Amino acid sequence: MTAPVIDCDIHPGVPDIKGLLPYMSQYWQDAFVDRGLDGFDMMSYPLGAPVTCRPDWRVPGERPGSSLANMQRDALDKFGIGIAICNPLTGGQVAVSETMGAAICSAVNDWIKQHWLDKDRRLRASIVVPPQSPSLAAEEIERHAADKRFVQVLLPAACELMLGRSYYWPIYEAAQRHNMPVGIHAGSMYRYAPTATGWPSHYLQDYISNNQLFEGQLLSLVSNGVFAKFPELKFVFIESGVSWLPHFIWRAIKTWRGVRPEVPWVNQSPGDIIRNNIRVTTQPFDAPDQATVERIVEQIDCEDMFLFASDYPHWQFDDDAIMPSGLPASLVQRMRTENPLSTYPRLRETLP
Amino acid sequence: MNAPVSIPRALQESDARTGIIDCDIHPFPRPGALTKYLPQRWRDHVAEYGQMMASIYAARGNYPRFQPYLSRRDSVPPDGGPPGSDVHFIAEQLLDPYNIAYGVLEPLLGGNNSRNIEEAAALCTAMNDWQVAEYTDQDPRLRASILIPIEDPDLAIHEIERRADDWRFCQIQIGSKTTEPLGKRRYWPIFEAALKHGFSLGMHSGGSQISAPSAGGWPQFYVEDHQLGIHAVVSQATSLILEGVFDVFPDLKIVMIEGGFGWVPHLGWRMDAHWKKMRSEVPHLKRRPSDYLRTNLWYATQPVEEPEHPDDLRQTFEWIGWDRMVYSSDYPHWDFDDPNLAWRFQMTAEEKRALLHDNALAVYSFRQP
Repeated sequence: MTAPVIDCDIHPGVPDIKGLLPYMSQYWQDAFVDRGLDGFDMMSYPLGAPVTCRPDWRVPGERPGSSLANMQRDALDKFGIGIAICNPLTGGQVAVSETMGAAICSAVNDWIKQHWLDKDRRLRASIVVPPQSPSLAAEEIERHAADKRFVQVLLPAACELMLGRSYYWPIYEAAQRHNMPVGIHAGSMYRYAPTATGWPSHYLQDYISNNQLFEGQLLSLVSNGVFAKFPELKFVFIESGVSWLPHFIWRAIKTWRGVRPEVPWVNQSPGDIIRNNIRVTTQPFDAPDQATVERIVEQIDCEDMFLFASDYPHWQFDDDAIMPSGLPASLVQRMRTENPLSTYPRLRETLP
Repeated sequence: MNAPVSIPRALQESDARTGIIDCDIHPFPRPGALTKYLPQRWRDHVAEYGQMMASIYAARGNYPRFQPYLSRRDSVPPDGGPPGSDVHFIAEQLLDPYNIAYGVLEPLLGGNNSRNIEEAAALCTAMNDWQVAEYTDQDPRLRASILIPIEDPDLAIHEIERRADDWRFCQIQIGSKTTEPLGKRRYWPIFEAALKHGFSLGMHSGGSQISAPSAGGWPQFYVEDHQLGIHAVVSQATSLILEGVFDVFPDLKIVMIEGGFGWVPHLGWRMDAHWKKMRSEVPHLKRRPSDYLRTNLWYATQPVEEPEHPDDLRQTFEWIGWDRMVYSSDYPHWDFDDPNLAWRFQMTAEEKRALLHDNALAVYSFRQP
């Protein structure tokens, strides 16, 4: 068969707590029911917000992305996708309680196995882990590692500490051990205001500011020496917008050249580290026109970094414009199959 | 001892001899220099309690830097005082050799960020008196900035009005860190006062450490903090636009200082892309968000972007618009940009003149005595 087109970011709509109860221990079932708790959907993606679901993909009364049949019709079949990586966005990853967060994350992983992976052979998934507790997160990775349909560890773009800190390294050790990249998806735990100057009035600013989270985490990963410790580990920046990369890289190189004695373990240019260890999904690609996309791709100057993605059902493009216009043909070719297979080595073990 | 400053050949032949406007020069007080400008009540208070910054240390910033006073090693005045403390040495090392027609003073002393708002107001008044007495009156090429206690608009406006008719002040200075995003209505009276008195605002990167430097939290290293400082600047630009400040105050002018400028095109693309989907949330916007980046904001160049391919610097200028860019040196700080050497691409005489002179002239209130 021909090489499959691989979609590196789709979002099955995670059920509310009631729908996850069957995948929880008796203790947590009792806790959620007795305390009357539900509504743990993330502030980062309000269910009704336009970006959370493209208008023509929205089904009144249903949670965005919650229908497998619709996703098959509107994304997989429509765009000829051979393999798609599911990235569930769940309140478990942002809960204030470590153990409650872990319970929700575990339930989501078991739920997605049964309701999505078992029902369509094209689907793969990320393991959602509770960043509130790196040791519980590592346990969750171990629990699913034997199932090769799990191909990535997923984290939100803002947690309690910045992601380069050694506190999180047990998660990276487990990911590396099982040949998985770490995916960082737009969205925040909201332990800090969503901008560096406080709480804005509008969701639009929260959403726009996501690229600052990615930038901060990237600086943190590089400066704290994560790539000196885990040189082969890849981080996939999912739904970051892409076009922030060139000016970020210029500034990272300039600042590092100025004060690099502070971080002697960063012994190669941040530009080289980023191109070697960071991957980005291509929806959205924030640029006004084809010429600008072309220029940005030239400035990033690394075709390895790009991963094809639809971001279904999030609203990033209209009609059939899933491929940002302006990408060179060579890149379009690579980012659909070759780059995802290099980034997610476990995909090769379950190729159709 | 300092070696004589040599004037680069390129400068002597440059059209910029018509006079450069430098939008970012940092004066610094000798120990105790501010005391005589403070009432006794606040002298005592500062001596006992300090400046009450939002900070982990009583008398310094959170992130240890890499140079004494953050400054060029050669900028120490002949008598050994702090860099930026000797007006005559500023003239000798910067204003004369580079033919600076106007230099905008940007004191970064922290007092305006005291958590005690009355102390902040007293220190702003003192720093404003100090700037004009010890810099502008000594060398009128150096123009002062009105420092204000921004978290209390009443006190801030009081200070603006006190200086409004004084030719020695050319702008209102604010820091990029505020308690709430700058577009919020609580700050609007300050914008109104700025317009009433014909002042632009200069928003200098940094200031209070009242919240984490990034929306993801506190970084561990200065190498992170230094780059992340851009985010406060970007967030303020976003906030001012999305909260509708420039729809209410269409003539408001703000110069973004020491936040770099590589982010400007990207912010425009990103705001527009997602506003198209979510404009229902901000129906008060009269134009697409990126338009305001081209009408109400200016960008000081230092620290200049250094793309991997120098042509991309020209591309960035073009994406932003040549009329938006103003030159800043950041003298005497370590990452000083020389107006003749900072640009690794060829500019036309017109472009150079806009960047080094004309654009700033259109923003600042440079008045005659």
